[in-house]
Amino acid sequence: MITYSAAETIGNPVANMAIFGVFVLVTLFVVIRASKRNATADEFFTGGRAFSGPQNGIAIAGDYLSAASFLGIAGAIAVYGYDGFLYSIGFLVAWLVALLLVAELLRNTGKFTMADVLSFRLKQKPVRLAAAISTMTVSLFYLLAQMAGAGGLVALLLDVKSRSGQSIVIAVVGILMIVYVLVGGMKGTTWVQIIKAVLLITGAALMTVMVLAKFGLNFSDILGSAQSAISGSSNAAVAKRDVLAPGAQYGGSLTSKINFISLALALVLGTAGLPHVLMRFYTVPTAKEARRSVVWAIGLIGAFYLFTLVLGYGAAAIVGPDRILAAAGGQNSAAPLLAFELGGVVLLGIISAVAFATILAVVAGLTITASASFAHDVYASVVHHGKRAVSEAEQVKVSRITAVVLGILGIGLGILANGQNIAFLVALAFAVAAAANLPTIIYSLYWKRFNTRGALWSMYGGLISTIALIVFSPAVSGAKTAMIPSMDFAYFPLANPGIVSIPLAFLLGIVGTLSSPDRGDPARNAEMEVRSLTGVGAEKAIAH
Amino acid sequence: MSTTDSPPAPTGAQFLATQASPEFQELRTRLRRFVFPMTAFFLLWYGLYVLLGAFAHDFMAAKVFGNVNVGLLIGLGQFLSTFVITGLYVRFANRELDPRAAAIRAQLEGDVR
Repeated sequence: MITYSAAETIGNPVANMAIFGVFVLVTLFVVIRASKRNATADEFFTGGRAFSGPQNGIAIAGDYLSAASFLGIAGAIAVYGYDGFLYSIGFLVAWLVALLLVAELLRNTGKFTMADVLSFRLKQKPVRLAAAISTMTVSLFYLLAQMAGAGGLVALLLDVKSRSGQSIVIAVVGILMIVYVLVGGMKGTTWVQIIKAVLLITGAALMTVMVLAKFGLNFSDILGSAQSAISGSSNAAVAKRDVLAPGAQYGGSLTSKINFISLALALVLGTAGLPHVLMRFYTVPTAKEARRSVVWAIGLIGAFYLFTLVLGYGAAAIVGPDRILAAAGGQNSAAPLLAFELGGVVLLGIISAVAFATILAVVAGLTITASASFAHDVYASVVHHGKRAVSEAEQVKVSRITAVVLGILGIGLGILANGQNIAFLVALAFAVAAAANLPTIIYSLYWKRFNTRGALWSMYGGLISTIALIVFSPAVSGAKTAMIPSMDFAYFPLANPGIVSIPLAFLLGIVGTLSSPDRGDPARNAEMEVRSLTGVGAEKAIAH
Repeated sequence: MSTTDSPPAPTGAQFLATQASPEFQELRTRLRRFVFPMTAFFLLWYGLYVLLGAFAHDFMAAKVFGNVNVGLLIGLGQFLSTFVITGLYVRFANRELDPRAAAIRAQLEGDVR
């Protein structure tokens, strides 16, 4: 088994590393070229709002399609079949929430961060602080998952099996990310995401065409071959799965079905509350361009998930479940193994490099979001509020320092978490975003009566309930696959807390609002509504 | 950022007057009449799909043609409905929202100047 997986998983590590090295050099060159001017806060946090809708849409796809999407979903479809596909549908439909309810109004109302919108007509200090805490929590969970995932990817693709070797690679990823953010700001980061998205989607499209060609363009044949490969597995539990219908992963007990519904809810409502996605809407000049961004993102992300459907079943049919599960990265290795079968060392090298580039681009996007929120919301508005005005140049400086601190923190935590079961962290980030952020975003944009108490109850209630439920869930303790399998304090039966915490946060927003006599300032409320719907002030102010 | 040709910000009274104007109310109503029912529709359609995926395995596994079953078709239907709703919204926003928003913006910024 060991020699088998060693021979099967790697292809040629030197080729993988060389292709990744070329990606790093090209993106660094682009970042330096693109970032001649990064002096003002507008340049650093939003790229001068100079990106077009299509450019921003591609960058959003680059931000959104993390390594978990690419390797994780293709792998889940290869091993569990239909249930992996269910994941991708939640991730896609979620974009309609962003398109219909959030993107344009947010673009019209805010400047740099999510908190700009939430605190527009509420009390600045407490609301900004709450929004910044939830922004940084979501970003940190997401960042940690990506950094730790880099360790597993290294084992698989570069044949680095020792822990210290993997730690070095995690550190290299972190240092590169710090460089991108410091040198490039939002503009450089956006270009990294655009390059990565084009490579990722082109690579996936190429592999999809190759798989389809192998089966004479007959999708039904791919499905049939996938099912017979699964049924022929030497692992009895795998062999009895029906991978063409739902239930292979989440079937079984009622608890596992409710857990699945809870996950589906967090996925569909989380996207429009992810701070690093929301911040991308500020990189375009107008609401109309924000709309075009989302349209492009929906098109690219939808196409990509359709590719992963073919790739996942294709990997099951061509590579087979036994080889996938025996490989170093387990089910995450389905797409790389398929690339090796289809195009040998070269294609595997390209796909591996793309997977790395994916981690790099996503962590850079998360870092700039979290550091912008710290500098703009916490440092400028909360720490120094009332004492003195904090210039935008100072905000940029604080943000750069924060990015370095976050990068070092990410490297340290990523090395510690390497090999831990942290796959639930991305789902947790979506659950926090859906519970702590989305209710307040929706209420502040659409509900005139909404006030500060409602916002604080909803944000803190959503944040605390989500984290508390996950701590007492089987994802952390009491199960063989848990983070701390030796202890059992799993009092809450679901690994996904969304079904409780999201409705709770929506409810707390209503109860908090109605229990307070505060009706806000009518002129300020009117200003926010007029600005959000018409873009007054938002479009002219960026003409320079 | 230089402010040489950005207009001075409208006052609170102007925002209140704009908010109360029939043109603005019309814009607001049209937006809400489109996005709220559409959001309810796609969330219910997605919810139905998730519930079928969780509780109706036999129905989802029923073969329609070749190895393609009901579950796969409904799943692909979610992709299709997402693309269609996106297209409908863009057409609606370009035709109904953008001209109205631009007119109100021009008037408000003209008043200030």
